[in-house]
Amino acid sequence: MKNIKILGTGCAKCTKTAELIEKIANELSIAIQITKETNPEVIMEYGVMSTPAVIINEVNVHSGSIPNTKAIESWLKA
Amino acid sequence: MFEIFTELATWLVVDVFGLSKATKLGDALHFFIEDTTKIFFLLLVMIYAIALLRASMNVERVRDYLAGKNKGVGYLLGSSFGAITPFCSCSSIPVFLGFTSAGIPVGITMSFLITSPLINEVAILLLLSLLGWKFTLLYIVVGMSVGILGGAFLDAIKAERWLQSFAAKALARGQNSSAGLQSQGINTLSFKERHNYAKNEMLEIFGRVWKWVIIGVGLGAALHGFVPDGWIQQHLGDGQWWSVPAAVLLGIPLYSNATGVIPIMESLIKQGLPIGTTLAFCMSTVAASFPEFILLKQVMQWRLLAVLFLLLLSAFTLIGWIFNLLSPFI
Repeated sequence: MKNIKILGTGCAKCTKTAELIEKIANELSIAIQITKETNPEVIMEYGVMSTPAVIINEVNVHSGSIPNTKAIESWLKA
Repeated sequence: MFEIFTELATWLVVDVFGLSKATKLGDALHFFIEDTTKIFFLLLVMIYAIALLRASMNVERVRDYLAGKNKGVGYLLGSSFGAITPFCSCSSIPVFLGFTSAGIPVGITMSFLITSPLINEVAILLLLSLLGWKFTLLYIVVGMSVGILGGAFLDAIKAERWLQSFAAKALARGQNSSAGLQSQGINTLSFKERHNYAKNEMLEIFGRVWKWVIIGVGLGAALHGFVPDGWIQQHLGDGQWWSVPAAVLLGIPLYSNATGVIPIMESLIKQGLPIGTTLAFCMSTVAASFPEFILLKQVMQWRLLAVLFLLLLSAFTLIGWIFNLLSPFI
C-alpha cells in the first residue's frame, strides 16, 4: 500500500490535491493511505518550499501546484 | 489604445441602460464598466505574456541564487526577486523556512517576503493602465525600498534572536554547512511547456483575482459617484499630517491584495486625496494584515512580529509624509 503525504499549510490547493488523488485511487482501485501534513517544521524537513507537495513512500514526487491527472495515475500505478 | 473601453462603457451606459453620464449613477456605472473591462482584458493578455517569459523562475532557484550572497547586494536581490517571483501567499511559511534553512539571513528573506505582496506583475499592470508610468515607477521604487531597508533593519537588530527555536536551529545549521544545497540545475523548457505553464498561470491568477477587481472597482466607482465632489479635496486635500497615520491605521483591518486596492487608489487620487496619503493607505492594506501575521507566528516569536508590524506601519507613515511633501514637485 502506498503511503501518501500532502504537504501544505492548509491552503485550498492542498485540499484539492488530496481529494483528486483519493478520487483517482478509487477509480483505479488502488489502496492508498493519504495524510495531510500542515506542520511547517515537518514541511521544512522535506525541503519543500512550494506547496502543495506530494510525498509518496517518503519520496518527493511533485511540488508547487495541483498535479494533473496523468501524473497522479503514473505515480499510483508505479 | 484604451479608448475602446471608454466607448464601450459609454455605449452600455447611455444607449443600452439609457442613463446620462451627468447623473451620479450613470457616472459611477461608467467608471465601473470601463475599468473592469479594461482590467480583465489586460490581465488575461499580460499574465499570459509575462508567464511565458518567466516560466523557468521559481522560489527554489531564487533560494539557490541568494544563498551565500553578501548582505549588501542580498537585500537588493531579495527585494527584486520578491517583486518578480510568483508564489502563493499560502506558501510564505514554507518559503521562509526554505530560505532560512539554506542559511540565508533573516533580513534578506524578509526583503523578499515584504516586497512580494507590494509589487507583482498584476499590480504593475494595473498601475500603468490606471495611473500612468510616473506613478508606477514611484510605486516600484518605494515598495522595493521598504523591502530593502526593512530587511537591513531586521538584521541590524539581530532579529534572528526572536525566531521560533526550530527555525533558529535550522538557520544556524544552514549557515554552518556551506555545501548543503542541492541545486536543481537549469531546466530548459520547450515552447510547448512554456505555453502550458503560461496558460495555467493565466487561468489560475485570473480565477483568483477577478473578484478582487470587481470589489475594488466597485468601491472605487462608489467613491467616484457618491462621495460629494470636492469633499475629499476639501477635508484631506492639503495632506494634513494626521491624515497619513490615520490612513495607515485604517488600512490594517482592511485586508486586500494589490489587485483590489489599485482601482480604489485611482478613484481616491482623482477625488483629490494627496498622493502620499493614498500610498500609505494602500500599502498598509496590502502588506500589513492580521491573517498574514497569524501565519508568521508559526516561525516567529511575538517580539519579532511586533517589531515587524511597527516597522511596516512607521515605514508607510513616513512614505506618506514624504510624498505629501514632495508631491508639488512630482
